[in-house]
Amino acid sequence: MIYDVVIIGGGVIGCCIARTLSKYDIKIALLEKEADIASGTTKANSGVVHAGYAAEREYIKRDMCIKGNKMYTQAAEELNFPFQRIGSFVVALEDGQIKELEEERNNGIQDGIIGLELILDKTKIKHMEPNLTDDVVGVLHAPSAGIVSPYEMTFALAENAAMNGVKFFRNHKVRRIRHQNYIFELKTKKGVFKAHNVINAAGLFASKISKMVGLDYFDLMPRKGEYILFDRNAMHLNKILFPTATKVSKGILVCPTAHGNTFVGPNAQNISDKEDTTTTEAGLKEILEGARKLVPKLPGRASIRNFAGLRAIPNTYDFIIDNTDVYGFINVAGILSPGLTSCYAIAERVTEYLELLGVDLKSNDKYNPIRPKPELFTNFSKDELDQKIRKDPAWGRIICRCETIPEKEILNAIHAPVGATTVDGVKFRCRPGMGRCQGGFCRPRVMEILARELNIPYQEVTKKSEDSYYLISKTKDELLRKIESGE
Amino acid sequence: MKSYKADVLVIGAGAAGLAAAIEVKKADLKVLIIERDKELGGITLQCIHNGFGLKEFEEELTGPEYAQRFINQVKDLKIPYILDTMVIEITKDKKIYAINNKEGLIEVSVKAIILAMGCREKTRGAINIPGFRPAGIYTAGQAQRFVNIEGYLPGHTFVILGSGDIGMIMARRLTWEGCEVKAVVEIQPYVSGLLRNQVQCLEDYDIPLITSYTVSKIHGADRVKGVTITKVSKDYDRIIGSEKFIECDTLLLSVGLIPENELTLQAGATLSQNGGPLVDNNLETTIEGIFACGNVLQVHDLVDMVTSEAKRAGKNVIDYIQNRYDKSITKEEKIKFIPGENINYVKPDHVNKSDIESNIIFNFRVKYPDRRVIIQFKDENNKVIYKRKKVYVIPSEMIELDLNLKEIGVEMTIKEIRIEVIPRPEVLIEED
Repeated sequence: MIYDVVIIGGGVIGCCIARTLSKYDIKIALLEKEADIASGTTKANSGVVHAGYAAEREYIKRDMCIKGNKMYTQAAEELNFPFQRIGSFVVALEDGQIKELEEERNNGIQDGIIGLELILDKTKIKHMEPNLTDDVVGVLHAPSAGIVSPYEMTFALAENAAMNGVKFFRNHKVRRIRHQNYIFELKTKKGVFKAHNVINAAGLFASKISKMVGLDYFDLMPRKGEYILFDRNAMHLNKILFPTATKVSKGILVCPTAHGNTFVGPNAQNISDKEDTTTTEAGLKEILEGARKLVPKLPGRASIRNFAGLRAIPNTYDFIIDNTDVYGFINVAGILSPGLTSCYAIAERVTEYLELLGVDLKSNDKYNPIRPKPELFTNFSKDELDQKIRKDPAWGRIICRCETIPEKEILNAIHAPVGATTVDGVKFRCRPGMGRCQGGFCRPRVMEILARELNIPYQEVTKKSEDSYYLISKTKDELLRKIESGE
Repeated sequence: MKSYKADVLVIGAGAAGLAAAIEVKKADLKVLIIERDKELGGITLQCIHNGFGLKEFEEELTGPEYAQRFINQVKDLKIPYILDTMVIEITKDKKIYAINNKEGLIEVSVKAIILAMGCREKTRGAINIPGFRPAGIYTAGQAQRFVNIEGYLPGHTFVILGSGDIGMIMARRLTWEGCEVKAVVEIQPYVSGLLRNQVQCLEDYDIPLITSYTVSKIHGADRVKGVTITKVSKDYDRIIGSEKFIECDTLLLSVGLIPENELTLQAGATLSQNGGPLVDNNLETTIEGIFACGNVLQVHDLVDMVTSEAKRAGKNVIDYIQNRYDKSITKEEKIKFIPGENINYVKPDHVNKSDIESNIIFNFRVKYPDRRVIIQFKDENNKVIYKRKKVYVIPSEMIELDLNLKEIGVEMTIKEIRIEVIPRPEVLIEED
């Protein structure tokens, strides 16, 4: 079997390309090295859909961002993922910064960003976002900016792609690529995949993949961003709040999530280890201090989690979207911010490249762009709930008390196309363990359900990867082992 | 939709809920218990160590034995209970909606509600430990559940952060199971749990207790590989250069308990600074007819204290239904109790002025340990109304005073009383 296209990498970019290409009658496979898709940069970023005024005008990431932003409306309707256009503020704390905001506004309007306005009326600003500091002197308001759950969107993209025929292979790390007679052979531990075309969307490891076909023309540097997440009850923000940007990054923001929590972060730390997602004491302090400049009354004691994600920073500081010299090999690398915003535009560009490569893009007659809206307990009226439970008792068994998640939603997450196979997989798909107790009560129940549904022993249920086991043995096994070995 | 009607609904069938329900039932009122777990008993069921019941039964029992005595009474008294059932809403007119997988949506109409949902453990996020986010980090109670109820071991080698009671009890429990507990690390200069647990669970098993240290980094991307601990100063700032690495595959957290009051908030009741609902001396919340007892109100040292508080709540509910329910009694005046120097919180938060002639139990905790102190009550004009000496105070031991406010000289004109724990002046060198 030779695939028309193999996509390497199951982050938001890989999955978005997979879903976009599933419109066409071609054979597609996606290979992901981790136990689940959305495990890298996609899992730990700000979840902001940017308006597009921020990037320099000579970069393609600016065009992609402005275009991608507009494409979100339709995507959210079709794929039913959490997305709200709540608008963003770039906050000026000194008069000197107003000029920069003015320039961003003027350029933004010229480039077709809708609704950009500079607001200098403090009363109006505070009315729009009461949590903002009294030191504010003006804001650049971008009403088209929004918040999205990046991993839930990625799961939705993958589900829809799978519904439309894309084959997903998780735990499939690409180790070698052979290119012969216009056919790529991708070697993984679990078998060889053949393809006419390869799309390299391997995130931080895209430079490594690119080198496998002899293309060594860019470097990716991991840049760490740390975050702190707060309890949903602790604070309610109306707007995404950015400080006035520096050259290095958009700065530390204070922002609501698509589920109503507040988070602060990220900082920007250049590191060398592409797997170092540790949070640091200094970093957590830095983001709290930075965030307090925008929102002085942060609910510090209501933090429920800290985490860090890595962005892939290319040495060009711009997206690398290339139809390369190796015929049929497309690099989609260095997708730093605003990559999440740009993903739909990037996928469109990749489609154009495939057309240029002569791939026969006949439309897929069975293509259905709709990924059904997940049924959520919290959206049901009392009568609906009563009927649902009568039809299926799994709706009546609450597993996660903090987020009110019934067994049924967990079953749906496990049995969805490209469904959850790990505790984190369940958590990121339907939220048990995301709340203030962080899985204290529900984790053993989620493990039980996973073991039952996947037909594996309880103690083999893991957090994310094979090595992230929760339990070592039955009680007494350890004692017996020690007695027998005479320890 | 299935409907139930009763005089009193008790939410939660742990130590508090069971004792409160039994008390109410003894007055021949109709009571219903709703429990979200699949059996009666609550967290005591996983506390298989002994030390329970010394006050209540004057004998030493295990947690399950203690719970069973109440479960038996519930069954003897034929108190109805629904298990595996989650309350999802409490309305202003005391209609309660709950769900389970057998009956679907359930509506309960009652005259009074007793909140007895207990507490939960603080997590890593709440204390923000930097590092990786691997498998192998559990709260002490979670590990207790895995070992004692489910029969699984969560790891081989452990570091326990926090010297709370469950943490120390688990240190011993895991040692018995053949695991190695490398250290119990406590950020404060003193143990935060009970002295008896320090002796019986750590010292008797030579488990190192490292005070004035905290876990400053978690190692291991997939599974815990170790932790870095760092010494802290008096003000709990980390001292650079004092870092030590301890290899382990599991980190247990025993860093405190928080009353679980999602429902209380949803019902519209006010919480006070300890995380429990604001209550008057009847243990009634700011919503008339909704009472609270046990760890949902304040985290107790011993289950026996939970039981006695629950019994009080039960008696007060009986009084409410018999004498106040449906009679439009105007809101009476209250005396506010405020935590002053070295006081973390006080329960009750308010005393009804009409009750100042009866005995009232006050519970409070200090913020930090002290020796040779005076506990005193001051009115809003800073006049000392009441004082007594105490040899020592520590945060892990709740202080209980049983006082008749009228007898100690509280007048009806007083609006608020501040409770303080202050060092004794040197002149008073007599022992209590």
